[in-house]
Amino acid sequence: MPETTASTAEPPVHAPVDPRLLEILVCPVTKQKLHYDRVHNELVSRAAGLAYPIRDGIPIMLPDEARPLDEG
Amino acid sequence: MSMNVFDRAAVRRHRDRAAATVHQVADILADAAERLLDRLDDTTHRFGCALDVGGRGVVAPRLRGRGIAAVSCDLSPRMAARAGAPAVAADEEFLPFAPASFDLVVASLSLHWVNDLPGALIQLRQVLRPDGLLLASLPALGSFAELRTALTQAEAALTGGAAPRVSPFPDLRDCASLLQRAGFLFPVADAEDIRVLYAEPLQLLRDLRAAGEANAIIERDRRIPPRALFPAALAMLPAEAGRMRATLRLAVLTGWAPGK
Repeated sequence: MPETTASTAEPPVHAPVDPRLLEILVCPVTKQKLHYDRVHNELVSRAAGLAYPIRDGIPIMLPDEARPLDEG
Repeated sequence: MSMNVFDRAAVRRHRDRAAATVHQVADILADAAERLLDRLDDTTHRFGCALDVGGRGVVAPRLRGRGIAAVSCDLSPRMAARAGAPAVAADEEFLPFAPASFDLVVASLSLHWVNDLPGALIQLRQVLRPDGLLLASLPALGSFAELRTALTQAEAALTGGAAPRVSPFPDLRDCASLLQRAGFLFPVADAEDIRVLYAEPLQLLRDLRAAGEANAIIERDRRIPPRALFPAALAMLPAEAGRMRATLRLAVLTGWAPGK
């Protein structure tokens, strides 16, 4: 086994999102830029108050399935 | 108030389910995709990066085979995954792509369950770079006309009424004017017929379901149809050498995003 799998202190490993997608994806509701939250593996639209999940490397850009952000 | 014809949650469910069965109809989908992508040979333009809308795992590999990078999207995450990375779950009516992200958009048999087709076309134009090309096919008026007629007649004979069981399809002139209104230049819509022969009539209905094409009309009759309906209707379909004939009439749409 390669040694790179040995680390256990890292947060859960998510299927990585394709970096090309991060350059072109915008919020489907506001068309504003998204912030990639690596820890929660979500694409956050502050303008819409929504966080879009990434499952198996596939961003789920559906407003119905996005997590509403807590009111600040 | 919007005038919605299609139940998008049902479309999503049908496509989620069909992700496991769509390989059964890969031949027809591949035929449709190849006819659409052949249009790329009509232009000297070279394309570098494409958006594949609802290509069901059939379009993206063919784009890559032509040396064009592809991003795939589908209302169903499971169907999107079939295309291979990079893939995105997205609603054609709420596209999540920045303006001018692609120089080609390919929508092979995927825009016909969209409620707001003019709005979807405008958004597809916006994700295109100047001089980018939209290539889209959808079932046009005349598709499954044999099935529509047979179902209506059989249902009227059995119950005295008829519910919509085959989607309403646009005609070619509607398609061209939709493109124009969405801001595309040189809009063209023409038709290609794909004829399918079935040795066993029920196979047609199984294929439609396998492709995720079960009825998603909001006004659809949700009751279980009378048991005799489909056999009665299928017996009315025209036969060719002992096989049932169904015609898929593709409306092939091309339009260019305005240049700078």
